[in-house]
Formats: sequence, structure tokens, C-alpha cells
Amino acid sequence: MDTDRSEDKPPERLQDRPKDRPWVMRTYSGHSTARASNELYRLNLSKGQTGLSVAFDLPTQTGYDSDHALARGEVGKVGVPICHIGDMETLFADIPLGQMNTSMTINGTAAWLLALYIAAAERQGVEPQALQGTTQNDIVKEYLSRGTYIFPPEPSLRLISDVITYTVKNVPKWNPVNVCSYHLQEAGATPVQEVAYALCTAIAVLDTVRASGRLDAAEFTAAVGRISFFVNSGVRFIEEVCKLRAFGQLWDELTCERYGVDNPKLRRFRYGVQVNSLGLTEAQPENNIPRIVLEALGVTLSKDARCRAMQLPAWNEALGLPRPWDQQWSLRIQQILAFETDLLEYGDIFEGSTVVEGKTSAIKNAVWAEVERVTDMGGVISALGYIKEQLVASHTERVRNITAGDHTVVGVNKFTETADSPLYSGDSSAILKVDEAAERDQVARLQAFRATRNQAEAETALSGLRTAVLNGENIMPASIRCALAGVTTGEWTQTLRDIFGEFRAPTGIGGAAAARTVNGETAQELEELRTRVRKSAATLGRPLKVLIGKPGLDGHSNGAEQIAVWCRDAGMEVVYEGIRLSPEQIVTSVRDEGVHLVGLSILSGSHLRLVPEVLTGLRAEGLSDVPVVVGGIIPEDDAKDLRQAGVARVYTPKDFEMLRILSDMVEVAEAAA
Amino acid sequence: MTQPAHSTVDVLANFNRQALARALNLLEDRRPNRQAQALTLLDTLSTLPASAHVVGLTGPPGVGKSSLISRLIEPQVQAGRRVAIIAVDPSSKVSGGALLGDRGRMQLPGQVYARSYAARDRLGGLSREAFSAVFLLRHCCDVILVETVGVGQSETDIAALADTTVLVVQPFSGDLLQFIKAGVMEIPDILAVNKADNQELAQKALADTQAALSLARRPVPPESAAWDSPVLAVSATTNLNIDTLIQALGAHWQHLQATASLEKKRAAQNLEWGIGEIVHEVGQRGLAALGGVEGVRAAWHQQPAHWSVVRKLSVLLEDVQYRTSSR
Repeated sequence: MDTDRSEDKPPERLQDRPKDRPWVMRTYSGHSTARASNELYRLNLSKGQTGLSVAFDLPTQTGYDSDHALARGEVGKVGVPICHIGDMETLFADIPLGQMNTSMTINGTAAWLLALYIAAAERQGVEPQALQGTTQNDIVKEYLSRGTYIFPPEPSLRLISDVITYTVKNVPKWNPVNVCSYHLQEAGATPVQEVAYALCTAIAVLDTVRASGRLDAAEFTAAVGRISFFVNSGVRFIEEVCKLRAFGQLWDELTCERYGVDNPKLRRFRYGVQVNSLGLTEAQPENNIPRIVLEALGVTLSKDARCRAMQLPAWNEALGLPRPWDQQWSLRIQQILAFETDLLEYGDIFEGSTVVEGKTSAIKNAVWAEVERVTDMGGVISALGYIKEQLVASHTERVRNITAGDHTVVGVNKFTETADSPLYSGDSSAILKVDEAAERDQVARLQAFRATRNQAEAETALSGLRTAVLNGENIMPASIRCALAGVTTGEWTQTLRDIFGEFRAPTGIGGAAAARTVNGETAQELEELRTRVRKSAATLGRPLKVLIGKPGLDGHSNGAEQIAVWCRDAGMEVVYEGIRLSPEQIVTSVRDEGVHLVGLSILSGSHLRLVPEVLTGLRAEGLSDVPVVVGGIIPEDDAKDLRQAGVARVYTPKDFEMLRILSDMVEVAEAAA
Repeated sequence: MTQPAHSTVDVLANFNRQALARALNLLEDRRPNRQAQALTLLDTLSTLPASAHVVGLTGPPGVGKSSLISRLIEPQVQAGRRVAIIAVDPSSKVSGGALLGDRGRMQLPGQVYARSYAARDRLGGLSREAFSAVFLLRHCCDVILVETVGVGQSETDIAALADTTVLVVQPFSGDLLQFIKAGVMEIPDILAVNKADNQELAQKALADTQAALSLARRPVPPESAAWDSPVLAVSATTNLNIDTLIQALGAHWQHLQATASLEKKRAAQNLEWGIGEIVHEVGQRGLAALGGVEGVRAAWHQQPAHWSVVRKLSVLLEDVQYRTSSR
């Protein structure tokens, strides 16, 4: 990574060199209930997984108990529901937390879930000092891409800072923040944008910690050393190698120059990785396996820029929830790479490569320029609107390139001829179905837990939490007391909501440039589509007006934003309100705005619950003549059910041709007029 | 949608939002049979009292107009007032499409009626449809908040629609001076300096804005002689001075009614709107054939039921064209 390091170490001879230790191997998992997830974790560990990566369900991530109205249909869907210490203990039953390395994908409620983890460890008799793992705890990328934020930026940064200052002193082996460039790439970021905005986030976090005055110089330096990153790796794996080398060098320079960290060990760029899910295809899904392998190479080939922990998606993620066998296949990829190949036997194989160094320094320069731009705008929080617009624009560009065929995706826009797959017959048998009874079960156990806890103790702990927040004290000790007293996730979060308020992030779609870069056939098609949209006004009586809605707690808004921008570019008038809308809110908007068509985007798997609620609401308002189309990761069996319930069209990831979807939408709207 | 206009009006009077939405769909509809129904509806409305206070908010993009509107909604709804929101967003010149994102930036309680419009080919920060929408809403709610496209280099015509115009600016941006110098707008009825998140910032922002205003203030036109436009430092983020802004809105509304300026103002607005509609339908040459603005004004004073006038004038014009062509 830094060139002077090669001077300290003589060229190695193979036989002298011990093999490098492999990275921590994980699978991002969790579903249904704490008990079901615990079984899955123990199974995964028995297969040679060396760490855990906990996926929480959306109510837990957004701070609602499983029996809250907004949680309906979302409990246990994209992860495990954790409402209180009882759930946390069940989740890690028979897993010794003193020896485990646990990564938790949790952000808005990170402080709370860490408090529950520490409390559960205490009940296992494990001291906080022994705990190892990571809380994701990066709110900026939630505002920009992932959508599970709760509070406004200022109190959110305070919570992050509280977790850092607490763990540095009390849980020293914990990574309190995993700054995520991962979700920026999923939102469309180029490598330069990905690195630049992640660095800007890290700066905002560390500046807040420094300004809090809670750490002395040595502790602050230790805190810098505990910052880790969570990155993405796409299929252009050579560029990814260069990106990660650049990332490491930039982090080294930044921590040295901005934060005065002298010890090079504490300036080391430590990152975990989940390789790209955005590029995984629904068409010919078996092709995703070679993609995943190549993406894994991007983060392991260069020893100086190798990941510390890895989790690989499953080949069938674009179809629905992967089964244990699908996840096993991905774990085996990691094991083959680490234990069968000679990958871990060499130093950095790119040392001295002028090609790699050239590309690396080009990325570095571009990143610095972008970091400076954001700094000039007052930092990442002030620049949220700008950054979001940049991401939406990049993603729009990417989708256009795929549609235009300038960007080849094998099996999707090229080489589409295929034999029948023995792995996948187009139905829902190749994916996991969450048992609908899991939600009822979880709600019943939550209510029993509340009924039997010591109510007075819980209330005292909550009032202690309120006082701590209002007095500006570190939130962690009071949160741990809440955890031990049986406070629930919803109660903890509501206490903070009452004080901090809630936030709505910018949608970024206002600034996305019109379709200026399409050319050739696509430009022709777009022009034809625009004519068609213009002409539809005669049938409809006024210009075609559509509503793109995201019902439920799912915050993955990239798809909805793309559709909204494209509809605008095709000449439609598009109402888009952002994420986390209740079916009732969507129905109200449809009514008030007088739209001709409703497009719903749902990626959380709760489509069978939410879509019918919207349809029922529309009927109740006398709007059953307004057609509804749905897009998302929707298995064919579910799509049939939705069509039967009255949905006009269902689009899934294999419908990548945006113009065809749009033209289809015009047809649906006209037919309903 | 095919109900006779008078029963629609009854339903509207109860702020039935389902009926309201249908009526607004109808007003936009360009199909001939629907247009006929729309004209009948407007004619019926013309004879009825229109008691809502129309507040227009304008200002540069990003100044926080939507957030400010959210803050204005809350107390009005709590006081049991029927609130409607009209938000206008720009249309793309390339595609003709538009992203209507204002709802997403507002906190909308269930009782509020909110509708977004694309500006389409109209300049000035409003949409043609916003005029008929406001005309209708005046008859069935208590307050209408209209948000324009962010004003910048082109002028704003919010005063052609609103009873009370609020210009929202950022502190220390220099926007105000620039707007007034460039003739982007007349002195607004109320000037709100948003993002004055604390008292200290508010004091400074106020001083800065008042200095700019004193440079720009022109002789006050006689018809609004008694109104001195207040300058307020507010914050939608921290809720600072929102109550003061609401009081100022109320004071201006009182002032309009006490000085009988409201009637004059609305009559002038309706005339301007009518002329705009005529020009849209028959073009400048058509307007000239009708005797120009003076001719329309004369006809207007004879028959104040606006939509009938437009329709009659259109018929008249067809008549003129017929005579011209058969000559």
C-alpha cells in the first residue's frame, strides 16, 4: 500500500513465508424469529463460517416493536426481529459471545442493539472487554441509499459519537462504526464517488467525536484506529483492486494529516465486504456464481488492500430469499479461495505494477477533488442533497447504458439464448419462504414478555434514558440499564423520537439530468415513447400523471427513484414522495393528486401484505379504476396472486428494459381511461 | 363526474376530498364534453361566496418553502380550519415531464387536501391549472397555501393568484436585493427570512434584510396605502417565530377585508386570468379581434360571471372569424 514499506522487508522466498490468515467468513443472515435465526447461525458455524453477520428485520432497524401498526407484514421478513433482551439471548443461545465475532447491520437503532448485545453477554457471564464485532452505525448512507434512518442528522451523529466514545473505553475490541461505501455503490456510485463520500462520512463522524471532548488524545487516536469500513466490490474487479488500494492510501493520509495519528497501525484501512448485489441478475441466475467469484477476487487479490471480513450474496438473491443451501454455496466460494488456491501464499502481487499504480493514483486524485468539493459545501451533512443527486444521476446513467447495450450484462442484454436451467424452473421452489405464522408467534411472545416484566423497573430505566439524553450524557450506560430492565426496541426508540424528532431525507430526483446521453436506437425509442405519452393526453383528457410509491418500511429507494426519473424523461408528470409510506398515505395521495396510474416498489418481501392493502384502500375511496403496477423482487407464484388481486402488471429484476416498462405503463393507463 | 354541477357544489362545501379531487380532475380535462361540464361548474361557483384566504409562498429554490408550509399547516389544522395546498413544480423543456416532489417534503396531516401541478408551458412559477384549482378551492376551505416554482431569474406571478404574497429568502443571501432590482417581483405583502434557526441569527438576518429592503423600497402604490410589509425572521427547522408569521397572515387578511381591497384584488385577478385563458384559447390575434384587453374589460364589467364571459367571448370570436372569412 505505502511504497516505503517494501524497503523494510526483504523480498520473500516462498518457503519462508507463513500463509496469511484468512479473512473472517460470514453470511448475512437472519429471518422469522430469534429462535429460527439461532438455529441457522449454529448450522452456518458448523459449516466452517468464522463469524456472524446479523440481519435485522425492518421494524427493528427503524425502531418499532413487532406489534406496532407499521410493522405489519414486515416482521421477520428481511431479518430477525429483536424487541428486547429475551430475543437477543435466544438469538445467541449456545453461541459463546466471548469467542464470537459478530457483525450487526444496524444503524438508526445501533446504540440500542449494542446495548442489548452487551446486556445479553453479561447474562452469559461475558465481560464487555471480551466482545468482538461491529455495529454498522453509519447514518449518512441511510439518508443516501438504505433508508432506515430515524432521527435528524445532528442527534444521529451524537448517537454515533456516543457509541464510539463508550466502546473505546469499555468495549475496546469492538468496531463501533462501519463506514459504508457499500450502499453508495448499490445506489449507483462510481468508484470515485464511493470512496469520496465514505471518506466524507468518516470525517463527519470523527470530527463530531473530537468536538465532543469526551476523549483524551490517546483515546481519540484509539478511536480513529477502531473506525472500519464496509465496502462493495463489483465485477470490474481490476478497477476494484485499484479502488481499494486508493482507499487504503487515502485513509492513511487522512488519519495522519487531519487527525495526527502517528502510529501507522492505527491508520490502517480495515474493511469488511459484501460483494455487489446490484449486478446480480434474475435472468440465468446461475451466472451470478462466476460474478460473485470475480468480485471476491477484487477484494482479496491485493494483499495490501485485502478485506478483513467477507460475506458473499447467494446466486439467487434477485429471485427471493436464499435457502441455507444457497448460502452454503457462497461460503464454499470463500473457503475454496482461502484454503484451496495459493492466494494467501504471496505478498502483494501488484507491487511495481505501473498499470495498477497509474489507475490507483488517478482514482486518488479524483477522490480528493470530490472530498474537497463536499468539504467546501460544509461537509457531508450539508451536502446531502448534492450527493444524493450525484448518486441518482450516476445510477440513471448506468441503467441507460444497460438499456442501450453499451454496458454488457451476459444473459440480460447479450447472449440471452439459454437452455432450461436444472437449478431453477421459474417457480418459487428455489427460494426460501418465510412462514407467515412467524409474525404471530413473535407478537405473542413480545406481549407475554411485556406482561411478565417488572413494569416499574422498565419505567424507571426509561426515565433514566430520557434524563441522560436531555442532559447530553452518553446514551450507552442508560441504554444498557434499559436493556437489562426489559425495555423494548419500540420504547427505547420512541423515547428518543419524542426528544429528537424524525427526519425525511432528500430524494435526489429533482436534480437528475434529463436523458441527454441516450443515443442511437434508444434515443429513437425514447422519442417514440415521448410521442406516445403526449398523445395519451388526448385519451386521458390531460397529461399522463403517475404516482410512484414505496409502501412499508423498506428504504431501498434506488429502483423507485430510477422509475420516477425515467417517467419524467418520458414526458409523464410524476408524483414521488420518498420512502416509508403507509398504504393509507399512498391512497390519499392517489386520490388528492388525481393520478392515472400507481406504481408501487417493494423490495422487502412484504408485497403480499402491502399491495392488497393499497388496493383495498383505493376501492374504499372509489378509486378502483386507477390501475396499479408493482415492481420488486417478486417470485412468480406471488406475482400470480397479485395479478389475481387486481394488480395490472408485475415487474421483476428481469424486466430491465426501462423503455418497455414505461411503454407498458402508458398502455395500462390508457386502457383504464 | 357526470353529476350536475349544483350537487357537486353541495358536496364540495363539506370539504369532501373525494369529490374535490374529482372536480379538480374535471377542471383540467380538455375533452370537449368534460370542458363543458367544467364551465358549468365554474359558473355555478362564480355566484357563490369564496371565503378562503389564499396565501402564496414564493422564493428561490432550496429556501425551505415546503418546510415552512408544513409548519403553517399544523396550527391551522389544530384550530379546525380546512386547509388545502397547491404546489407547482417545473416541467422539463426536453421531455415535457415533471417530478412533483413537494408532498415528500411536507408533513401532511390526513385532514389536509394537497395537490401538485406541473408548470407545463407556463412561465412565472405557476401553472395554468393552479388558477382554476384555487378558484374552486376558495369556495370550500378556509385557507389555501400555494407554493410556486422556485423563483430566480424569471419573474413571479404569484400576486395574480394570492390574496397575500409571502416572499421567502435565506439570510445573507442577497437574493432579496437582486430580485427587487431585477424586477422579479414587487414588494411582497410579507417577507420571511427562513433558516434563522436561533434568536441571534434571526436578529442579524433581520437587520441585513431590512437594510436591503430600505434600498429597494419604492413609493407605495395608493391602493395598498395602509399596509406596511412586515419583515420576519423565521425558522421552519426550530419553529422560531412561526406563530408571528401566522399572526401577520391574519393581519393582512383583516387588512384586505377592512379596506375592501380584497374584492378589488380578486376582480383584477379574475380579469387577468380570463384574459390569459382567452389568449391561450384564441391567441393574441383573437384578443385583438375582440377589441383587445379594453374590449374584454368592458365585456367583463357587464357580466362578472367569469367563465360565461370567456365562453361568450369565444363564441363571439368564432362569429368574428366567420364574418371575416366569409367576406
